[in-house]
Amino acid sequence: MTRNPQLNRNGELTHLLTLEGLPYEIVTQILDTAEPFVSIAEREVKKVPLLRGKAMFNLFFENSTRTRTTFEIAAKRLSADVINLNIGVSSTSKGETLLDTVDNLCAMNADLFVVRHSQSGAPHLIASHLNATGRTHVHVVNAGDGRHAHPTQGLLDLYTIRHYKKEFRDLTVAIVGDILHSRVARSLIHGLTTMQVPRVRVIGPRTLLPTAVEALGVEVVNDMREGLRGCDVVVMLRLQNERMKGALLPSAGEYFKHYGLTAEKLALAKPDAIVMHPGPMNRGVEIDSTVADGARSVILPQVTFGIAVRMAVLSIVAGN
Amino acid sequence: MRIEIRNGRLVDPAQGVDRIGSLFVGDGVIEGFVERPRSFEADRVIDATGCVVSPGFVDLAARLREPGLEHKATLESELAAAAAGGVTSLACPPDTDPPLDEPGLVQMLKHRARQIGIAHVYPVGALTVGLKGTTLTEMGELTEAGCVAFSQADEPVNDTLMLQRALQYAGTFGHRVWLRPQDPFLAQGGIAHDGEVATRLGLPGIPVAAETLALAKLFGLVRSTGVGVHLCRLSSAAGVEMVRAAKGEGLPITCDVDVHHLHLCDIDIGWFDARANLMPPLRSTRDREALQRGVQDGTIDAICSDHAPVDEDGKQVPFGEAAPGASALELLLPLTLQWAAALQISLGDALARITTKPASILGLEVPSLATGMPADVCVFDPTQPWTVRAEALRSQGKNTPFLGLEVVGRMRATLLGGHVVHES
Repeated sequence: MTRNPQLNRNGELTHLLTLEGLPYEIVTQILDTAEPFVSIAEREVKKVPLLRGKAMFNLFFENSTRTRTTFEIAAKRLSADVINLNIGVSSTSKGETLLDTVDNLCAMNADLFVVRHSQSGAPHLIASHLNATGRTHVHVVNAGDGRHAHPTQGLLDLYTIRHYKKEFRDLTVAIVGDILHSRVARSLIHGLTTMQVPRVRVIGPRTLLPTAVEALGVEVVNDMREGLRGCDVVVMLRLQNERMKGALLPSAGEYFKHYGLTAEKLALAKPDAIVMHPGPMNRGVEIDSTVADGARSVILPQVTFGIAVRMAVLSIVAGN
Repeated sequence: MRIEIRNGRLVDPAQGVDRIGSLFVGDGVIEGFVERPRSFEADRVIDATGCVVSPGFVDLAARLREPGLEHKATLESELAAAAAGGVTSLACPPDTDPPLDEPGLVQMLKHRARQIGIAHVYPVGALTVGLKGTTLTEMGELTEAGCVAFSQADEPVNDTLMLQRALQYAGTFGHRVWLRPQDPFLAQGGIAHDGEVATRLGLPGIPVAAETLALAKLFGLVRSTGVGVHLCRLSSAAGVEMVRAAKGEGLPITCDVDVHHLHLCDIDIGWFDARANLMPPLRSTRDREALQRGVQDGTIDAICSDHAPVDEDGKQVPFGEAAPGASALELLLPLTLQWAAALQISLGDALARITTKPASILGLEVPSLATGMPADVCVFDPTQPWTVRAEALRSQGKNTPFLGLEVVGRMRATLLGGHVVHES
């Protein structure tokens, strides 16, 4: 199999494409680097000069407000110049290929690409292209590709878990919902297994679980109540509207009854269990408002940590 | 021109012969096998010492991309690739643009191929108009124009009644229908084998059940209509098992596998290598082993290249947007030899899978080195290693998952009707 293009010959992270196969040490380095960045936000001057003079392009081939904004804030706090490209209405709609777009932006001296694409593997294609053409000083950070990966989300989830639980080694983590279509779930699963979390459960109806998902090192549970028992962390996934229209699920109501997180179901988890969600939430579909806004919800801190984690990723990748 | 192919290892699956000797070629036919015919004076001698001399290969699936897809390849480029690969007869699927659903298109293709004159081209006609699966083509006319069989290429016939009628109508003209067994609904949107690799990479999957359900349906129709079916590109262990049982039952079916599925599996996708985007998808290592064994025990009759040249633009895109397919005409021999070496199969038995067996599926005269047979002949060095590189391929499509790999078996000369059409 070809080498993962995200590591250079010295094993250093030059692109962040996936958490799969990323060494424990690098994940820990990213989480540790993020810690001091959290407090920067509380300062009067919310900036450090680590990426001064660097140009970061937000290359979003799929709509996103939240992820794009957090990357933009992260880059600006590192003093980088940020250029947002709304690809949906520019080059590719005129027939330009993905790699032509990248080459053109490289000619404008881009240093970093933050890429979101509806096709799994698109950031790998860009990174391989840059590596193959000797442009090793240009870096790619995957901001979500198809169903494949959303590594910065996975890292901010790990950061949040470490923040509240301190250690990974005795935890039981449940990931609930649409695992099949979820890049968030895949990245989190790889992150948790790398950090040696002993029990990772995926919970959902069989129409929303991928084939052979056990091979990723998780237990599969169809019954949410059974799956939540004894959990330290409950991660709820967003259920996209188009999944509720009958082919995969009969109705949003039935989904909520069986897989929506309510206070009553959460009571089956450990008393100090935390509740996470990558956002944006569908209240009343996958999560009840009393839980989303409740004392055990860490959904908003996730967003705050997300900026620090993205600062850590950008500064590490650009420094290698 | 009279040619003496001197002192080669003559391997002729049709005669069951494997011996050292010379072959005497003249006037389009083989004039002498081992024995020099009286008054034969060679105009030219090809020294075949250390080489194998065999009948030219027969490939059941080679896309030439004409008409309509000349940006991917042309008849000139792909027939040159065929000659370089020792392929002297090839069947081309109907998935051109427009598809081969009109006699005029077929006649033009045959005419162009004859003009170029470096391989025999046998068009497989479209089973339905535009390959849309709704209207029968004029199979009678298409047969007269030169179609040797009818197929849907990679397109489905969703309606089972339509499929039954298509079999019946093709059967009227004595044809078998060539179909790739894949349930269109289970395969919808899929781009990789539905298994661990697809789950890891987040690629929409095509389950093995897409193949087995289609096989079960086809076997039912073969039983009820009595019309034979040739199954193209088997991909799974479960599929091999079903074909074995159906043949045991005596159903009139034949079956092929392509060189990629004989050697690769989904793990070879690596990190989204678009060159490994093939249809059917590459399946698991277990499936690959079953396919190898299936060819060995005859469940799978023939090995084909499934040659599908794709231009660079078709592959320099994310995996799911890539055009499926790979160039393989020039790899048919090396990859067949590699299969034979791995399973310790004799050279004669291996070559039968790319000569006599596919020829009988195509309804051609069984190719042979015997005296009086058409002089479609290959001379190749079975031990010479070479590396698959873009510049080493004659095909206009330089995409193959085997790029960079070393293979063994190099064509030295290819003769079509007694004329040297390739030499190296």
